[in-house]
Order: sequence, then C-alpha cells, then structure tokens
Amino acid sequence: MKKLLKNNGVQSLLASLLCIVLGLLIGYIVLLFINPNGAFQAIVDIMKNFMNYSKSALQLKNLGNTLVKTAPLLMCSLSVLFCYKVGLFNIGVAGQYVAGACAGIYAALAWGWSWPLCLLFAVVAGMAISLIVGLLKAYCNVNEVISGIMLNWIALYTTNMILAKVKETTSPYTFHIATENPKAILPSLGLSKLFSGNSYVSIAIPLAIVVVVIVKILLDKTKIGYELKATGFNKNAAKYCGMAEKRNIILTLMIGGALAGMGGALLYLTDYEQWQVTASSVPGMGFNGIAAAFLGGLDPVGTIFSSYFIQHITSGGAYVDKTMYCSQISDLIASLIIYMCGFVFFIKYALNLYLAKKDNAKPKQEPAPPDKAAEEKGGERA
Amino acid sequence: MMLAVQYTLIFASVLTLVALGGCYAEHSGVINLGLEGIMVIGALGGALTMMNLPVGMPAVLIVLLTLLGAVLFGLLYSTLLAVACINLKADQTIVGTALNMLGTAAATVIVKAINTAKNPDDVSSTINYVEPKKAFIVNIKGFEFNWFMLITIVVLLIAWFVLYKTRFGLRMMACGEHPQAANSVGISVFKMRWAGVLISGVLGGLGGICYILAGVSEWKFENGVAGFGFLSLAVMIFGQWKPGRIALAALLFGFFRALSNVYFGFDWLVSLNIPSAVYNMMPYIISLLVLAFTSKKSRAPKAEGIPYDKSMR
Repeated sequence: MKKLLKNNGVQSLLASLLCIVLGLLIGYIVLLFINPNGAFQAIVDIMKNFMNYSKSALQLKNLGNTLVKTAPLLMCSLSVLFCYKVGLFNIGVAGQYVAGACAGIYAALAWGWSWPLCLLFAVVAGMAISLIVGLLKAYCNVNEVISGIMLNWIALYTTNMILAKVKETTSPYTFHIATENPKAILPSLGLSKLFSGNSYVSIAIPLAIVVVVIVKILLDKTKIGYELKATGFNKNAAKYCGMAEKRNIILTLMIGGALAGMGGALLYLTDYEQWQVTASSVPGMGFNGIAAAFLGGLDPVGTIFSSYFIQHITSGGAYVDKTMYCSQISDLIASLIIYMCGFVFFIKYALNLYLAKKDNAKPKQEPAPPDKAAEEKGGERA
Repeated sequence: MMLAVQYTLIFASVLTLVALGGCYAEHSGVINLGLEGIMVIGALGGALTMMNLPVGMPAVLIVLLTLLGAVLFGLLYSTLLAVACINLKADQTIVGTALNMLGTAAATVIVKAINTAKNPDDVSSTINYVEPKKAFIVNIKGFEFNWFMLITIVVLLIAWFVLYKTRFGLRMMACGEHPQAANSVGISVFKMRWAGVLISGVLGGLGGICYILAGVSEWKFENGVAGFGFLSLAVMIFGQWKPGRIALAALLFGFFRALSNVYFGFDWLVSLNIPSAVYNMMPYIISLLVLAFTSKKSRAPKAEGIPYDKSMR
C-alpha cells in the first residue's frame, strides 16, 4: 500500500481528486452565499448533467452532446500539455483553436471542400498562429504567454472579419455546414446510432483518442520527444548537447498549434455550433483546455478523463435552477479547480514529506498503521 | 481631435496604473499574470460601490468611496496570488491564469445573482452607472478631464520615488534580483514579495475601475477587460520595468487603443475604408511588434518567477 502511495501516478490522481473536491466545495460555498436554499441541489444538478433526464434515450443523446464538445476540449488540453512538457505555457491555445475553427468553417462554406481537407486546413491555420509565437520566442525572446494572449485577440477579430463573408444575412451566425455543404461534415460511421441518433456524434471522438495515443508515443518513446523534453528541462544544457534548441521551441509550439487547430475543426465541422461573428470574447474552450491539462496530471491518458470531467460540469451548468443561479457557476468551479491545480506540486511534496517522516519514525516496524492513516487521509479527501 | 487626446490619456492612465502594479510585483520577484483578473474584480468592487451609493451624494465622496471599493477588492483578490505563489511556491503562471478565469467567472456569477435577485427576469451581467460616473469627469471646454488622469500622475511620481529613493523600494528590488543575497543581509523576502503583490493588487483594482469608466457608462462583466491586463504587461516590458518609460509606452499603446473609439471622427481614416475589426486589433498587433523589438535586451528582474527557496544558492 505504501508503494502505491509513493507511486507518482497515484499521487497525481489523489492530488487531482483533491483539486476537484476543493473546487466543488468552494463553489458550493459561493452558491450558499447567493442563495442558501438551492445550493446543494445546484451542485447535484451540475454533477448529474445528462442524468437529469429520466429517459435513457434522452440521457444517451445528451451524453453524446457532452462528448461532442469533449473532443475539441481534449485536443486543446493536449496542446497545452505538449507545450508544457517542453517548458512552454501555451496560453495561445484559445487563439489557435479559433484559427482552426475559422479555417475549417471557411473552407467548408466558401470553397466547398470535403471534410479531410477542411480538417487539414484547420490544422495548418492553428500551426500558422503558433508559428508566430514560436518565432518570437526563439528569436526575439518574447514571453510566450503575452504573445499568446495578444494573438488570441488578433485571431478572434480576424475570424470575425473573415467569417462575416459566410454568415446568414439576418443573424450573426455562419451558415449551417450540414445544409450548405454536407460533405464537409465529419462522418459518423454509425456512431450516432449508439447515442439515440444524435447526429452530431462523429468520428471526432475516436479521432481525438487516436491523437492522445500518438502524443503519448511521441513524448515517451521517440528521439524527438526526448529532445523536446530535454529542451524543456534545461534549454542551455540541450544546446550544449548539440540539440537545436531554437528549432525545438518552434517545433513544439507548432505541434501545439496543430492540435488546437484540429480541435477547432472537430467541433465546428460537426455543425453542433455555428460561429457568431459578433463574438467579443475568445471562446472558453482553450482556457478550459488549460484546466483539463493540469487536472489530468499532465499525462495524455489522464487528460481524457479530465477533459470529460471539465466538459461534464460545463455542460451540467445548463441544468442549474435558473431562477436562483446562472450557468456560469460551472465556469467558476472550473477556474477554482485550476487554481487548486497550482498546488499539485505542493500537495505531492507534503505527501512525500509525510511518508518520509513515517519511514524515519518507525524503521523496520510494522509499516501497516501509518499506511492506513495516510491512505485514509487520501481517501477522505477523495 | 480633442476626443482622440482625451481617449488616449484615459486609456494610457489605465495601462500606466496596471503596468506599475505589475512593475512592483515583478521587482519583488513575482510575475503577476493575474492582473487581468485583478482588474475585473477591482472593477466589480468599484461598480458595486457606485451602484449602492445613495443618490445626491457629493461628488468627492462618490469618487473616494468608489476608489476605496475597487482598491479593497483588488487587494483582497491579490492575496490569492500571494498565498499561492509566495508561501506555497505554486507555479506562478498557472495561478495567474486561474485568477484571470476566476475573476471573470466570479464577477459574472455575482453580478447576475444581484441582478436576478432585484428582478427575476433580468439575467444580464451588466451594471449601469450613468449617474455616479459624472462625478469622475470635469468638463473643460469640451475636454472631459477625468480624475483618473491626475491619480495616474500621482501614482507614477510615487512609484518613481518609492522604487528608487526609499529603503523599502530598493530592498524590494533586491528581492527580485537576488533574493538569497537580500535575505543574507536581513531582508525578509517573503514580506517584500507580499508587499509587491499587494501593491499590484491595489493598482490593478484602480486600473480596472478606471477602464470600465473610460468610455462607457455600463459594463457587461461577462466580457472581462479584453486583455488589458496583458497589454499592461506588454507596456511594462516595453517600459523596461522603469516607471518613466512605462508612462511613455502607455501613451503609445493608449493612442492605438483610442483609435478604435475615435477613428470615425477623422475623414481621411474613414475614407480608407478599413473595417473596424482592424482598429480593434491594433493595440495587440502593435504590442507584438514592440515586444519583438524590445524583448531581446530585456532588463527583467533576474529572479522573477522563481519561488524563493532559502536552501538554494
């Protein structure tokens, strides 16, 4: 049991669960302040999400809706994760996501391309945005967080400008891709039947999972992944070892941009949503991706679960009692969870310190009692 | 023309205030990426104060109480950053980002709750402050002088004096350059960093309320402050962490931000027929360009962003 607790993965899991519990708890306290009568019910409603429906067919359909938005979120969080492993904080993920959405929608509506081409074009657009960040970082020493934020806004306004050409005349939304150009819609391959005929469920979800596996292999099993991580740990040491550290920085950000750009296309090419060309703020998808990446313990496989969880509560926000609270409650909880994620290293440090103390206090004596205590502590928190 | 000057000055005031806040925090060794969130919360504090003030109060009191509200909210909110980044050694980038998201989300939830409590049909996140806003403005022959312009100049002078001429300021800067050395001569690094972050909270809050009072008389809190916290950080870098240069940099950025508000007043700009989105993008594009040229020879405090650990050399 002690070995289990010392395991890095288990610690990450415990820390993430603790972050979630604390996030929910503080969210609950905020709700209590707003209106004490329905606070608990609201938290339950958020956590239930699609389970709020009583019919199983409707449940499945709404689970499908959550999954449709999980796929792009997963891509965004992979983008953040990949860059973070190389020591770069890709806050520009939101702008790269927007660029991908813009490219995908425009190629589908204005040029009538088919979906693989639209997807590819979105990937290229995301890359192009992140290339700017990479070049500025590598050659001009510009902090990637600040240039990323600036590009988020530039991407947003550019997208609004470009997509205004393919919008409906009476509303600020772009045309429906499903009616204008059906061959640009991501194929469903029968997946929609699994979710009571939810037509938005497409190959986006399996595609995202495949990308998770690719990223995992790229980071852990290839030479280039090793080089990138080495650059992240110590740029100067990597350079000393003969690695092209500038190229590695640019390459990393481009891969990050490609992932985020693909995420944008994975949502908008299902026609689940249309772009609103009067949007005055950057979509929250990219920022939620940051939450998912850290909540997932910075592990590609972990992000599958954390992305689903973040999307689950974000969608669940729609079910709170609107007469008392607003759906942004779930944004609040998600941001609280990220705040808590800042403490993950501290939590692990404290846990290790505690374990080491127990080791020193009782050398070679029955290791069971301290273990149980530690485990219970972890269990309680979880 | 007058309008352009007026908007440039008011946006430059916002940028100067917030950039000086960032400047204090970074000189003490903490990168405050949460300025955006602090601005939102400060704006919320000020707007809530204005909303609850009785009608017919003297203008001076309105101004002072609103500022107090904004400063207090900013100060309290910045403690979240201080606790996490100084005492618990959390990653400053993650915590700053979290504060930005939390700021907008919390402000939206709070304002919506207040609006809905007053009127069940009102689900907007907008606070209206047409009346109290008048207290901040003195009309001099068509030029709307805003008290914030004066406040900014005072804050700027104080910042220069504190950072370069007082024991406190020099000690704080030592903590940002080489905290171990500072500690070895008896300066408490934790205290200095707390001071730096709290001052940045105060100035961020001031900047936030100044921003929402700048051009409009109601604010939709869902929109946050549109990246102004980050623009301020760009101003700070362009200003090389020095108060005087920060003010000049803020004027430049303020001018480009003002363009989107006033370009339709210039016939030759209108005749160019550039879409308004381009003007909206202008400050961000300029800041990218400026950063590209100035970041290489950056004079950033050496120890910024690194949690202080006594046992390190």
